[in-house]
Amino acid sequence: MGSKTPLYDKHVEAGARIVDFGGWDMPLHYGSQKEEHHAVRNSAGVFDVSHMTIVDLKGARVRDFLRHLLANDVAKLQDSGKALYTCMLNEAGGVIDDLIVYFMDESWFRLVVNAATREKDLTWIRKNAADFDVAVHERAELAMIAVQGPKARELAAPCIDAEWREQALALKLFTGMEAGDLFVARTGYTGEDGWEIVMPSMRAPSIWDRLIAGGVAPAGLGARDTLRLEAAMNLYGSDMDETISPLEAGLGWTIAWEPADRAFIGRGPLEKLRDEPSRRRFVGLLLEDKGVLRNHQRIVVEGSGDGEITSGGFSPTIGRSIALARLPAGDYDSAQVDVRGKLLNVRVVKTPFVRNGQVRIEV
Amino acid sequence: MSELPGDLLYTNDHEWLRREDDGNVTIGVTDHAQAALGDLVYVELPEVGQDVATGGDMAVVESVKAASDVYAPVDGTITAVNEELADDPEKINADPYGDGWIVRLQPSAAIDESALLTPDAYQSLLDEEEA
Repeated sequence: MGSKTPLYDKHVEAGARIVDFGGWDMPLHYGSQKEEHHAVRNSAGVFDVSHMTIVDLKGARVRDFLRHLLANDVAKLQDSGKALYTCMLNEAGGVIDDLIVYFMDESWFRLVVNAATREKDLTWIRKNAADFDVAVHERAELAMIAVQGPKARELAAPCIDAEWREQALALKLFTGMEAGDLFVARTGYTGEDGWEIVMPSMRAPSIWDRLIAGGVAPAGLGARDTLRLEAAMNLYGSDMDETISPLEAGLGWTIAWEPADRAFIGRGPLEKLRDEPSRRRFVGLLLEDKGVLRNHQRIVVEGSGDGEITSGGFSPTIGRSIALARLPAGDYDSAQVDVRGKLLNVRVVKTPFVRNGQVRIEV
Repeated sequence: MSELPGDLLYTNDHEWLRREDDGNVTIGVTDHAQAALGDLVYVELPEVGQDVATGGDMAVVESVKAASDVYAPVDGTITAVNEELADDPEKINADPYGDGWIVRLQPSAAIDESALLTPDAYQSLLDEEEA
């Protein structure tokens, strides 16, 4: 028996298949993972993401602290509610976790980190926060849902108190705001528009019911994974971990190199790897033959060596199998994958595979 | 509760067998198996004429979640495969004991029913897994 979110009973009521995810009893799907996937691409779906860890950081020097702790630069966050996606690195430049940081006010930033990495993240943040007199508060009493899809904001708007509704609907991408006792942000992990809503646990079941009654489909971790894979969004533990640099996980764009004198943790090793010609590629793959690409399958690149699929699966939107993979350095656009001893053909494609309901690769 | 027809034999690997009048055996995966796998997206079928040995890999069913081997429950020769699964693997989800059949084979010897499970025995297996 794992930990349960405030929405656990709702999942069981809706017929969810419950699985363990990082110590949490979470819904895998409510009948059909594919239908949930399509609901998010075509209309709206809601995910319970209350297992994720919300950490509030407070103190006069919190901005300085985060400029030291994170590889992206919170100096970019100047308007209240603005969010930034970033990696938190160890001294060797490996990824401890990826997270979203929100700028609330000059003495308060909010982090949303992964559930499976909760303990080591908190330990690392607390250890480094001490020098900056920053207080670290885990907000385990809060629940969080993600309402995603082209109709998500419209269908979720009635859950926001009238006083705040218009302002919430006007939120720009990657920006959040407090709306009474809710925190609403225009963020997500599906490649679709939508909101992530943080709320007191007590309010979660009634907000969930209201969304479902309004036509939003409950969606489980299974659909969450195929949606994020199509959107080419990394999954911690699959696509990167403490032994992998963001530069070899397709996350170079999240590293703020300027200003050059910002000494964030892991910077030295990253600078070395940046100029290393043997640095591995991180790419999207489309399977040209029949079959399904899976995590850890070996990729064979003639003349360059072997690589590995870090996230593979079937794309319900494209109707073919796709993957993210770490491959040897080199300039090539095709390779082969070892599936149960047979070599099948894969094509290297520019990601994302799907964004805002549209297939973005040539099939 | 998963559906469990009374006129079939079952295996510990959640497969079912139907003994046809012509001596062939039709094989598929059970309702419990398809539910556990989730939406099927691909099925790798053997060649007709291929010989299979009890316990050996015979086909692979892949769902949104994972790949799973289908094992030969008896020794024999493949006489037919369900080609429709190539375009529509979800037939296994929709009708695991009917349109979702996977292979048909001609057993090479009399079937040893004591090595297979009766519906009651398979139900007990499911009950144990639930517990």
